Amino acid sequence: MTDTKPILRLDGIVKTFPGVRALDGVSFAVMPGEVHALMGENGAGKSTLMKVLGGIHQPDGGAIYMGDEQVVMSGPLEAKAKGIVFIHQELSLAEELTVAENIYLGELPRKSFGRVDWKTLAEKTNAILKKLRVGFDALTRVGDLSIANQQMVEIARALTVDAKAVIFDEPTASLTDAEKVVLFDVISDLKADGVGIIYISHRMEEIFKITDRISVLRDGQYQGTVATPETDEERVTQMMIGRKLDLTRNALHHELGDVALEVRGLSCGKLYTDISFEVRRGEVVGFYGLVGAGRTEIAETLFGLRDPSAGQILLDGEEVRLNSPVDAIARGISLVPEDRKGQGLVLGMNCRDNMTLPQVDDLTAGPFVAEGAEVAIFDQYRDQLDIRTPGWRARVGNLSGGNQQKIVIGKWLSMHPSLLIVDEPTRGIDVGSKSEIHKLLRGLAAKGYAVMVISSEMPEVLHVSDRIVAMYSGRIMRTFTSDEVTEDSLIQAISGLGGDGKAA
Amino acid sequence: MATLSKQKIGSVLAKQGILIAFAVFIVAFTLANNKFLTVDNVFSVVPASAKQGVMALGVTFVVISGNLDLSVGSMMSFSTIVVLDLHDKIGPFLAIPAMFAMTLCLGAFIGILVGYLRLNSLIVTLGMLSAIHGLTLTYSGGQNMDIADKEGTWFSVFGQGTALGIPVPILIFALLAAVLGLMLSRTPFGRKVYAVGGNGTAATFSGIRRARTVFMCYILSAFCVATAGLIQASRSLGSQNTVGQGLELEVLAAVILGGASLMGGSGTIFKTVIGVLILGFIQNGLLLLGLQFYVQYVVTWVIIILAVWLDIAAKRGRLWSPIA
Repeated sequence: MTDTKPILRLDGIVKTFPGVRALDGVSFAVMPGEVHALMGENGAGKSTLMKVLGGIHQPDGGAIYMGDEQVVMSGPLEAKAKGIVFIHQELSLAEELTVAENIYLGELPRKSFGRVDWKTLAEKTNAILKKLRVGFDALTRVGDLSIANQQMVEIARALTVDAKAVIFDEPTASLTDAEKVVLFDVISDLKADGVGIIYISHRMEEIFKITDRISVLRDGQYQGTVATPETDEERVTQMMIGRKLDLTRNALHHELGDVALEVRGLSCGKLYTDISFEVRRGEVVGFYGLVGAGRTEIAETLFGLRDPSAGQILLDGEEVRLNSPVDAIARGISLVPEDRKGQGLVLGMNCRDNMTLPQVDDLTAGPFVAEGAEVAIFDQYRDQLDIRTPGWRARVGNLSGGNQQKIVIGKWLSMHPSLLIVDEPTRGIDVGSKSEIHKLLRGLAAKGYAVMVISSEMPEVLHVSDRIVAMYSGRIMRTFTSDEVTEDSLIQAISGLGGDGKAA
Repeated sequence: MATLSKQKIGSVLAKQGILIAFAVFIVAFTLANNKFLTVDNVFSVVPASAKQGVMALGVTFVVISGNLDLSVGSMMSFSTIVVLDLHDKIGPFLAIPAMFAMTLCLGAFIGILVGYLRLNSLIVTLGMLSAIHGLTLTYSGGQNMDIADKEGTWFSVFGQGTALGIPVPILIFALLAAVLGLMLSRTPFGRKVYAVGGNGTAATFSGIRRARTVFMCYILSAFCVATAGLIQASRSLGSQNTVGQGLELEVLAAVILGGASLMGGSGTIFKTVIGVLILGFIQNGLLLLGLQFYVQYVVTWVIIILAVWLDIAAKRGRLWSPIA
């Protein structure tokens, strides 16, 4: 492969956003006929890099080359015209139109007087669909297709242009195994035609199955490229997180206090069923499971955002009804939500105002907000959590993910909760901030807080929890203490295997 | 680097564009007509703007909360007609609180629909624009409303009186602007309005009662409308059913001109006051230039669109964004 020239080459790309250096001199090349994996943790800069390539962001430094020629991607249309095609994770189809119309949108074949040539359109579309071996035809309405088939339409759309490079962004996220096989066939066809393919995925198994080379990004920096046959999962993981995967378990146990929260037989429709557990003061209970296992929904119920259909919630031994977050907050429950930007922060507001938002009614001097008291709270948690910001006046939207998350955590710690629930506390934040937040959670337990940690990352759950509740499909499969838990038993439990036998 | 600094200049231009445009207007009008920048003229512009200004204060709360209020014009017609009618029936002392109560009921109705039922505010208030107009006509039987004894009532003080040499409408505007400005910038309620408009979901997750906050914004807006209706009724002591027609757009123009984003979450009372004054001066300037008053309808809209464009451009960092 060394004798051919790259079809697409990125050289020293730099992209900064206020407060963050999203890409720091990233170089990366794709050969014709190569499947090149781009890997990195959430927030490593993969999507930013692809947006630069697609002309959505303009780089602050570096250059893009196609063949020998330097190109400027001034916008998505230009990128497409140059033969760079994106298959996005999120679909961008017009549901009310047919498959054919979607595929050729903007370039429908014409007859005289601008009339659409429906016959040619259907023929051309069906030819492409045949290649993809899908079970629908050109005249199907896109809204009637399954998500997986809609994705196939996206792929079909990519095949209509003379593609030089195709970028697949998590293409298998919503595909079944059979559909994956078809997709991989399509990819190998493209490969045989000399198209360069960039394949973004978190799934190691796929990466090792279909890619030729792997490039890794970490915190906006290029970590290197390796040939897929010459490496293994562990090495790639190490490149991604900068160290070996830390699967150490929490070994420190504090003296446990009283039961702060007890849940008995809680159910909420089809979301989760018959959930019972307790959390003591001084204890961190981890909730581990796949996305959709019902963990977030339990947290939302405890925070008054959902009505349970059955069961009881007891706080300090007293049964409570939580009808709204207002009730939950009044009862001393704090929730650091899963979606930091969507649920946790008002991005246009400054750091201080975000942090004191839940208690703004209580921080008053006469009719006005006591700004001095607010600044004092902000300063206290900025120091305690080591939040890096130019000052409390900085807009939260300009901070890095890790600092944003610390603002949310500070916001809820300053409420002095008796129960702190954190949902995916380190999603999309850098490695350094991650371990700080883990330390923080352990520290809170040491101070006597009752903490629930919901996480999809096994190292995180192992690292912070005194006990781990494994969930599968809305049910608790098994509860482990940190001394007895093993990776295997945990994975089996969240896959619906080898639990306590509670679930069928 | 060249493109970077160009972008910066573009964004500064976009952010300050309204003030720059305002300065250009003032200079142009002053050169074209030497009456423009005189004390007399300035003193005539501000009272004329007071009514719109008072309404704009309330609408500022609504817009910051992430909603719209297009019903303020026809609601003001309603207030004006009602207070004039009741003036002769139950006397001004009772007429004023009765009119305020009725107007606040309309505001509460909108607040329930938009806040608690989460209906789209554009649709609700557009509907209310028409519905309240119908209500007003039903109330008045389609007749103009006049006070019988125009000379003998103290009711004229709100629109025509002066205190300390300053016209009362200006004093009302200034007082309300000060109170509502403090309410928005300094109280917990104001903070919640920004939070709800900036990110309603995050506000809910922070224990803020979103529906109640939106509801209160519409109550405030109705209160401001009632006050504007009082000024209007007191100025003219008689009125047509359509006296507030079209004011919703002028008011919205002033709020947007002041820089409040229609996406919610940003804007201030101070900026709205500036927006009201800019609009007032521009409209006055056009009249002084000898243009017919209806030209201002066109100009008002050009200004709204320009303001929205500059607002968006400032966020994007460039004026022109050809995204397909």
